[in-house]
Amino acid sequence: MSRHYWMIPLLAVGLLVSCADQRSHAQAIYMLVDTSGTYSQELDKAQRVVSYLLGNMKSGDSLAVARVKSRSFSEKDIIAKVTLSKDPMQINNQKRAFADKVGTFKADLKKGSAYTDITGGIIQASEFLNETGAGQKTILIFSDMQEELDYKTVRDFPINLQGIRIIALNVTKLTTDNVDPRRYLGRLEWWEKRARNAGATDWRVVNDLEHLERIFKGRG
Amino acid sequence: MEILHALIIWPDKLLLSLLALLFIAVPILYGARQAMHSLLQAMFRAVSNPLRLLSRWLFKTAEVLHERNRQVLLARGREEVSHSIVKEFERVTNLVDRDLHGYPALQRKLMDEITRIEEEFQKCGEVPPPPPEWTKAVAAIAKIKPSDDGLVERILEDISNSIEEIYERVIAEYRDSSKRRHNILKNFMPFWRSVDRTLKKVDKDLTGMQQSAAKIDEQVEKYKQIHAKSEKAEHSLTSSSTILFVISLLAILIAAGGAFVNFWLIERPMAAMVGGSEYIVGDIQASYLAAMVIIFFETLMGLFLMESLGYTHLFPLNNINNRMRRWLVWISFSILLILAGVEVALAVMRDMIISADVALKQELAGGAVMTGAVANAWALNIPKAAQMILGFTLPFALAFVAIPLEYLIHSGRTVFGALLVLGIRGLGFVMRFFSSMVRQIGKGTEYLYDAIIFLPLIIERAVLNRGPRQAALPPGRSGGMAALSKQGEHVL
Repeated sequence: MSRHYWMIPLLAVGLLVSCADQRSHAQAIYMLVDTSGTYSQELDKAQRVVSYLLGNMKSGDSLAVARVKSRSFSEKDIIAKVTLSKDPMQINNQKRAFADKVGTFKADLKKGSAYTDITGGIIQASEFLNETGAGQKTILIFSDMQEELDYKTVRDFPINLQGIRIIALNVTKLTTDNVDPRRYLGRLEWWEKRARNAGATDWRVVNDLEHLERIFKGRG
Repeated sequence: MEILHALIIWPDKLLLSLLALLFIAVPILYGARQAMHSLLQAMFRAVSNPLRLLSRWLFKTAEVLHERNRQVLLARGREEVSHSIVKEFERVTNLVDRDLHGYPALQRKLMDEITRIEEEFQKCGEVPPPPPEWTKAVAAIAKIKPSDDGLVERILEDISNSIEEIYERVIAEYRDSSKRRHNILKNFMPFWRSVDRTLKKVDKDLTGMQQSAAKIDEQVEKYKQIHAKSEKAEHSLTSSSTILFVISLLAILIAAGGAFVNFWLIERPMAAMVGGSEYIVGDIQASYLAAMVIIFFETLMGLFLMESLGYTHLFPLNNINNRMRRWLVWISFSILLILAGVEVALAVMRDMIISADVALKQELAGGAVMTGAVANAWALNIPKAAQMILGFTLPFALAFVAIPLEYLIHSGRTVFGALLVLGIRGLGFVMRFFSSMVRQIGKGTEYLYDAIIFLPLIIERAVLNRGPRQAALPPGRSGGMAALSKQGEHVL
């Protein structure tokens, strides 16, 4: 009997390996940056948000930044995307390259788009996030949330955002909102309703960019 | 509620309906009184009796457990006291071997020194100078009567001069002799000091021996009390176990604090090694487990080291010989040293990762990266050095956790045993309390039943009191009335 004691550690290791959690604990973030009209002037703030996100991401996490323009349901609108590796030194290089790409995009952008297709961007974001297989999926919408579509673009259909949380960032008030704040509140309410109906796990608005940690509050 | 509504005869006259119901129900209730009392008693006893049984069983179990705890405590105490007596005897043996082994030589040395002192003392004894012969001549001359003869005066003058001269010479000799004696006495000093030292040493050794003897006496007295299973010894052992438990727990908590610091020191570099995105169970990262494994391994090696050094006795290592024990010491110490080295390397790696992170964050924030062109760059190395020192020392500090752990385990048996007994007794009391409460509620319900049918009971009593048949009634028949008269004081 005592000759078989050596099997105990082997069994323990086997048990531990079988216990390995198969769920993904990585998080994936897709940030939509509105580049339409006058909102394109807010890109400096968007870059700050990207820097913050890069600073807080861990190995295995994914990040993509895409622009919102007249029609945004396209991979071509993705400015930069990355999935961080396990090597900490490699991670820093990936983060630097990502920040450079976003910086180049900001420098090259001369003129904002005529229309704002937020819905198309969200659908594209959900596809990307679902592909990553991350445990926590987040869409950050850096926009005034005023959707404007040309007459050919069709977006009035139900969308699927199961397991994704939506955070609207820097939702600026338009001139018309200042005249009647109900327009602003109604707009946010409409988006929240649309997100929740689509199955989003959470909807939040973060306008104070000095406290970006609120984006990750309650991260599991 | 529906049943109640159905029983109401006149729904619009509730009070009248209730009175009618009462009027119908009272005779029925009176008729069923005996049966209802028996039913109520059976029902409440069905609850109270098991509770009472359970309570009794709990008290009995507590007693058995207490006795068992007592035996274990006394056995443990006996073992400890025997161990300390053996240790004290070993100490005395060593003392005797070390100090009293050389006692004959010491005594001889002491006697030699005393003899030498005596001889020297004899030498320095003051010898009075012998009376000079010429004093007799002076005495004879002193008898000569004074006259005018010049010869006599001359002779006396010569004698006076001679005496003065001789006197000065004798004084000089006397002073010289005294000086010599003083010098001899002065030379005594080292011998005196040596004797003093020797005697002090002897005194110290004997005092140490006396103290050890007193300690042995004390321990033997304690042993006697434990052997006699006295209550005093039991209380003393329980009290010391509790104190030991608290102190050990405190020491373990401090060690846990050290382990916590150690964990955070190596967790980050371990995340770089095993992958920060890997999870084992739930939210426990693989890096957490890896860091914990290293810490547990260090603690385990510390346990083996302390065990093989003989400071603790957690494992049955009595069977292995001294050679094997030495091997175990060296193996566990080497592994501990290697792990400490690994921690130093991890501390350096941690510093590198943090520095890289800080640089990246500065870069992302748009600030200039500090490339090391700092005037006092050596100051930046202080945290790294501190981390390295911590990484090296903490594994060895954790090794000492074995000592409080052993005491915690041994004293924990007594403390938890006592707490368990207390808990079981408390539970027994609660059971007894509920049992009594249920019994009282049962009695109260019977009284309430009688209170509802008070009118027929009064009539029954009146009838029975008036009639001559009461005395002739069999005990069973008059039971209801007897019970009523007994209980009536409370009910009516």
